[in-house]
Order: sequence, then C-alpha cells, then structure tokens
Amino acid sequence: MSNVLGIKNLHISVQGKPIIKGLNLSVQQGEIHALMGPNGSGKSTLAKGLMGHPLYEVDSGEVIFDGVDVLELEPNERAKLGLFLAFQYPTAIPGVSLANFLRLAVSAVRGKGVNGSEKDGLIPMREFRRELREKMQQLGVDDSFARRYLNDGFSGGEMKRAEILQLAMLEPKIAILDETDSGLDIDAVRIVGESVSQLIGPDLGVLIITHYPRLLDYIRPQFVHILLDGRVVESGGWELTQVLEAEGYDPIREKHGIDE
Amino acid sequence: METSEKNAMEELGVSKEYQYGFHDDIKPTFKSRKGLDEGVINQMCDIKGEPDWMRQYRLEAYKIFKQKPMTKWGGDLSQLDFDDIYYYVKASDRSERSWDDVPDDIKKTFDRLGIPEAERKFLAGVGAQYDSEVVYHNIVEELDKIGVVFLDTDTAVKEYPDLVKKYFGTIIPSADNQFAALNSAVWSGGSFVYVPPGVKVEYPLQAYFRINSENMGQFERTLIIADEGSQVHYVEGCTAPTFSSESLHSAVVEIVCMKGSRVRYTTIQNWANNVYNLVTKRAFAYEDAQMEWVDGNLGSKLTMKYPSVYMMEPGARGDILSIAFASKGQHQDAGAKVYHCAPHTTSQITSKSISKDGGRSSYRGWVDVAKGAKGCKSHVVCDALILDKHSRSDTYPVIEIGENDTNIEHEARVSKIGEEQLFYLMSRGLSEEEASTMIVNGFIEPLVKELPMEYAVEMNRLIQLQMEGSVG
Repeated sequence: MSNVLGIKNLHISVQGKPIIKGLNLSVQQGEIHALMGPNGSGKSTLAKGLMGHPLYEVDSGEVIFDGVDVLELEPNERAKLGLFLAFQYPTAIPGVSLANFLRLAVSAVRGKGVNGSEKDGLIPMREFRRELREKMQQLGVDDSFARRYLNDGFSGGEMKRAEILQLAMLEPKIAILDETDSGLDIDAVRIVGESVSQLIGPDLGVLIITHYPRLLDYIRPQFVHILLDGRVVESGGWELTQVLEAEGYDPIREKHGIDE
Repeated sequence: METSEKNAMEELGVSKEYQYGFHDDIKPTFKSRKGLDEGVINQMCDIKGEPDWMRQYRLEAYKIFKQKPMTKWGGDLSQLDFDDIYYYVKASDRSERSWDDVPDDIKKTFDRLGIPEAERKFLAGVGAQYDSEVVYHNIVEELDKIGVVFLDTDTAVKEYPDLVKKYFGTIIPSADNQFAALNSAVWSGGSFVYVPPGVKVEYPLQAYFRINSENMGQFERTLIIADEGSQVHYVEGCTAPTFSSESLHSAVVEIVCMKGSRVRYTTIQNWANNVYNLVTKRAFAYEDAQMEWVDGNLGSKLTMKYPSVYMMEPGARGDILSIAFASKGQHQDAGAKVYHCAPHTTSQITSKSISKDGGRSSYRGWVDVAKGAKGCKSHVVCDALILDKHSRSDTYPVIEIGENDTNIEHEARVSKIGEEQLFYLMSRGLSEEEASTMIVNGFIEPLVKELPMEYAVEMNRLIQLQMEGSVG
C-alpha cells in the first residue's frame, strides 16, 4: 500500500518570524511533485521543518505520514519512518568516512539498530559493501568517495551526489530535494538529475523544491505547485512550469495580491 | 571471598587452602610503609639488590625532591598528600588482589570493550599469571637475534649497567621538576629499549605484553635508545580503565634518537578517576632523527603531561600528536613542547581535546627557537571540542623565538558540536547520542588512524562508552 505525506494548514516560524503560513500539500509514494517558489517564499523552511530541525518551530497544523503524526517525532524517527531530506547545504563531518557514516545510518533506518540481532547492531560489512558498491556504480560515483570524510572539502557537485547516494542507500518512501540543483553547473545538474531519475519508481515519492526549473528537465514532475509567501497558491501539472518560464512569478503574485 | 561462602565451606569442613590452592603460589612480598624518607629508599634498594650508583642516584634525587616547592602551575595539586602514598609495592604483592575486589563498573567496561578474560585480570591488577608471558618471551628471543634489548628497567640496571648509566637521567635530570625528582628517587619498572645501529624493528614493541614485571607501576621509568639509523615504535598503556588503588602516577620517559633514527612512542592511558597522572616525557633528536609522540589521555583526576622533543642537530624533526578527553571531575592539562636548538629543524604539534560533563581540558604548549637556529619550521594546531556548556577548554601557548629566520604557525580552534551537524546526522536516522559520538570519533580520527589497529578499535569503543548517557 502506498502512503501519503499529508500536510495540512502548516505554520512554521523561525526565531519568532512566521515563514510558512498555512500550507497544504500531499505527496504520495510513487508521485513526483515540484514545489517552486522565489527566494524567501519559505522553501527551505518547509524542507527543514518537515524533517524536524530544532530551530524551525511548528506553530500549528499537521503532518501525517503512514498514519503517524510526524511532528511528534525526532528527526531520526522521521528518517526511520521513511522520510528523507537532501540538503541544500550538507554539513561536513570531518574524520567520518562516508562509508562508515552510511553503514550506521542504513542500519538505523532499516531497524538494525542496537537492539537488532546482528553483531554490533550493524548490517554485516560484506553485505553493506556490496550494496554500496552497486549503488555507487549505478549512480556513476567514484569508488574513492566512500573513503572520503563526509562532505569535508567536497565540491558543490560532489556534495549533491553524496546526498543522492545517501538517498539511494536509505531507500526512503518520500524524498524531499531541497534546491538540489542550486550552485551547480549545467553538467552537474544533468548528472544529479539523471541520478535521481534512476531512483524513481512506485515506492518513492519525491518533492523537488526549487526556484529554477533546470532539474525538472531530467525529472519530470506530475504535479507542480507554486509557493508564495508561505502558502501553496497554485497547483497544476507540467504546464505551470511553462507559465513560470514565460512570465515569472509576478503575474501570480498579482493574482493573489502578494507583495514582493 | 564472600563471608557467607567462607562460612558455608567451613560448615562443610572444606579447607580454604585446598579449595583456593592457588593462593599458596604467592611469592614473598613487600610493601613499604606510607610516606617517603631515606629509609624507605634504602629499603627499596636493598630489596631490589640495586648497585650502589643507583642507590646514590635515588638518594640524591630525593634530596632535590625535598627542596622543590609544590608545583603551583597547571592543575590543582592541593589535595595531593605525599605522606599518604605507598612508594614501593613489589609486583607480586599487587597480584594478591582478588577479582572480586575489582569494582563492578570497571568489570563492565572490560566487558563492553571486549577485552579477553585473561587480560582483564591483568589490567585490573589481579592476574600474575598470564598467557602473554609466553608471547613476550618469544618476542624477546626474536629481538635478541637482531641485537635489540627490551627489558624492564630494573633488570636493565643489572644486565646493562654501562648503557643505563650512560643515558639514565641525561634527558630528564632529577632536578628538572618536582615529579621528575620524585620518580628518580622511587622509580620502579618501566621499559628499557636499545636498538642497535641500522636495525629497524618491524612491529611495535608493546609494554602491554610485559605484565609480570612492574610495568604498570606508579613510578615507572622508561629509557629508549635508538642508535644511528635505527627505527622503533613503542606502545604503552591500553584503553581499558587502569584500576589503581594508589592515587599518584608519576612516570619519566627518556628517549635518545641518534643520527638518522626514527622513534615513535604511542601512549593510550585511561586512569581511574582518583589518579593524579603527572608524567615527564622528553626526547633528544640528533641529526636527521625523527621523534614522534602519539599521546592519548583519558580518565584520571588530573593529568599533567607535555611530551617534548629537543631537536639538537640540523635536520631533526619532532612530531607530537596529543589528545585529551576530560569528563566529569577531570582536568586534562596536556600539550607539547618543542625546542629547536639547531638550524633547519622541523616540528609539528597537533593537539585535540574534548571536554564534557563539566570536564576541563587545557592545552599547554611551548615552542622555542634558539638564537642562530635558522630555517626552523614549526606548525601548531590546537582543536578543542566542547560538548556542553558546563565544560571548559583553555589554551596556554608560549612561543619563544630567538631567531628571525624561522617559520612558526599557530592555529587554535574551539568548536562546539553544531546543531547543524547533529540535525544532519539525525535526519539520516542516527539518534542524538549516536550522532554526537560520531562527531567526536571524527574529531579524534587524526590520532586514531595513527594507532595500531587493536588500539584504534578499542579507542572508538571507549569514546562510545564515554558518550553514553551524555545526551539528555
């Protein structure tokens, strides 16, 4: 059975300032949604709020996934439930190799934590290595990646590919891609776009958050939403991106009476 | 033995001696009275059967010790009572302690660290008989073939008096500091290593194996002489908490790196929380020689330890990598000292400290470049990681430069575990504790990767233990 991430009348503030102001959205496993909005419309706030960042205060509203009240959960519990956030700016963890980190993360998310039956509570090294190698080949990521310290000294493109590799390994039900195309050159966008499209299937729902439709050339969404001033003001299909491309956000702002 | 058990046995008419026959193996033992005077030192020399020169050396050092005022810098030593310490306990005496006497939390830690049964007993100061004795003898035989001497220092005084006499106390004289004087007066155990010219010892020499000597004593004295072009890696200590009923550990380690030699000295120490760990470690590195200290300090009440390298001739190099983990009620005052006494010498100091649960860690460093020592390079990096707002980290760097033509860099960073780092790792399914542990392990990775494999694995597990319950 496919699950729905249901967001109802969500309000999120940052340091007392309301950013998300009554947002409604639902994303089902297997669906691809694009949420587009200009800078300052609340895109990243939504992404971090959904994943449970402590600085992003949920004032009201609800987020339900798989019948569970997501807002009650710690970020790691949300991950275990099947949510994933690809960060716009991934954080470096010096001294921790991508492989070591991923083994612990994968073990945690698949419920092979400390109480699991496996030794050390981790998935067996051999099994993990095989899987990691497969996914890295699939995504065209170099072998040396696994040994490098997580995001430490990574280029913009490398960081985004590391995020997609994590997405592939953690096998979430719903993935939120926060500006995954930002700061990348054309080639890097293509590589990332192609990588993500390889992962798309009936078990993965994707919410692509972006202010620029480049990534959508590679991952064609079935649903497109426009985010302005903390709310989804328009929803439609692919044609909405065409309207945006042609006219920008101004006509939509005007239509909804929103100041820039 | 449990009283009830004893009573039960008596009721059954079973002789205690019979049931616990191994107690009969106890060798004649000796423990000096508490406190220190010339009588105690003389008694010690008598029992050890030491040559007169060493007795004189000890008595001379004792005189110096008496004249030295209590050390006022570094950590708080006001609770240290020199009169309340046993200065000499013969090794076999220690083995009298029974496994039942070892505190439960320490037993549990051994368990969690996955330390083999036999080693646990030794580490807890219980076992006198231990399989690795065989291992040690095999190693010594191998070393013998290539002319390497690896003995406890007491034995070396008797078997290699000329070598010991030539170097003992030349790197760290008795008058160097209060605790060097004390150690010189009452030292016991420690290792003596001599590596002949051109010999490269392929595997690390581990003090660990030498368990029937008094190596894990309170006042060990280690002397390593690496002759020209030789190479050796010495490893001491272990990650398991060292159970000690005595509250003062004061070692002296002297190292001579002759021309073109290379010595690495690795220490991992995790003393019980009642111990003052006051250690003097110093190496002289001659032409093109390279000395590396890798020093990990966990546990203890107060540690004051600053491994140093004196670069005596051109081309010498000193590398010091130190890490300190200060937890509740602990003060780690650790660091490094380098003295560029000759031109074209190079040093690198990397210090990493972690403070948690109100622990305090201090970096105390000294970089000295002598007048005329042209073309020297020194690079110092101090990183401190503070895990909560109750904990503390200080840096006390001193740089003394008597020569313009030098290149000295000093970098210091203090960081807290960032909310962004935690959130990132937690969003991938790690609990807050797992995430913090991972960040700390990453922080000390530069040290851990320098450790022999088995120590590295234990070190990571130990950090995990230290981090447990640290997150609300």
